[in-house]
Amino acid sequence: MELENFWRKLKMENKRLIDFKVFLNGIWRENPILFIMLGLCPTLAVSGSVRDALGMGIAVIFVLTGSNFVVSLIRKIVPNHVRIPVFIVVIATFVTITDYILAAYSPQIHKNLGVYLPLIVVNCIILGRAEGFASKNNVFNSILDGLGMGIGFTLIIFIISSVREILGNGTFMGRNIFGSNFEPFLIMIMPPGAFFVIGFLIALKQKIEKGSKKC
Amino acid sequence: MLNQANLFFIFLSAFLINNILLIRFLGLCSFIGISTDVKSSIGMGIAVVFVTVMACSLSWAVYNFLLVPFHLEYLRTTTFILTIASFVQFEEMIIRKKLPALYRAFGIYLPLITTNCVILASAFLGIDYKLSFIQNLIFSFGISFGYCFGIIIFATIREEIEIAPIPESFKGVPIAFILAALMSLAFLGFKGLFKL
Repeated sequence: MELENFWRKLKMENKRLIDFKVFLNGIWRENPILFIMLGLCPTLAVSGSVRDALGMGIAVIFVLTGSNFVVSLIRKIVPNHVRIPVFIVVIATFVTITDYILAAYSPQIHKNLGVYLPLIVVNCIILGRAEGFASKNNVFNSILDGLGMGIGFTLIIFIISSVREILGNGTFMGRNIFGSNFEPFLIMIMPPGAFFVIGFLIALKQKIEKGSKKC
Repeated sequence: MLNQANLFFIFLSAFLINNILLIRFLGLCSFIGISTDVKSSIGMGIAVVFVTVMACSLSWAVYNFLLVPFHLEYLRTTTFILTIASFVQFEEMIIRKKLPALYRAFGIYLPLITTNCVILASAFLGIDYKLSFIQNLIFSFGISFGYCFGIIIFATIREEIEIAPIPESFKGVPIAFILAALMSLAFLGFKGLFKL
């Protein structure tokens, strides 16, 4: 009986229970880094090697999906004026879990990510999605949104770190790809390289957008 | 290690050698977002210095007097973010009541600071380096002063670049990143100043 009421209400609101568009939104149309410019700090800081970047990406996917799930579960019982502190505590809990799991199972990546791992808690993507999406939508869509946004983030961080590692070190995932005669662009592996790569990436995105408008 | 160095070196290391914006890449959201004009950059910079120094001392005390004696170090992420968030709220109330002129000068930047990663990062780094209270004070001042310095220089350059002829697709954010890259290159030069 209750379930029936729930379905009827859902139909009246004209919302689908599971909407795959939500998932795709995060990957391109509302990509957190390229379009909303959120979560830049970890993107640039850990993109020196592909392996660290993937570790960061997976940590963000886990925290984003988990916090979206919990926030959308409790969205109706949390009073409106204390919602932000509650969301922050939920996110901090997931970040602590990730921190300790990584420390136990891959201590090398944990060491390389250093202070940037606990700093996921102030990553604006996560609080932004909790406030902007999960607190207004049902559980399934929130999980999809978390996954989509997380994968969109990971994709960009993967591209940036590939460019930096290949040009700056001549390796990809630790494997040498150019042979011994390659003279690496040291600048790419150092901090300025990260700013250069993301600058060119966003310029490319603006070029693509302008090109598609002309057609 | 940093906790054996003298105070002046700790300050220089936090301010120039490991500049929080350009070498450690923290606080970039506000760096790119707010630095479009000099006036608001100055407001944001000073607000960050003010809050960081106080919030870091507070979270240092919470960590060493509350979490360590009870073996609760694993709660530090949650505790720090709550400490900082409630401290910013508290400070906002006090400033609004007691120093209305300062409150008007800070404007919206004070609440915005809660999500600025500079503060949380300098709290974490101070704990990671095992600094003493005075060292932590100098360290957090160095970090936030580096932020203030960086964002003001960046804003002045960015105002100039508004009128420069740059390629169409680089307008706006991309050129800001290229600019940041060049500034970061300049800051790399400080690396040889001291040996850690």
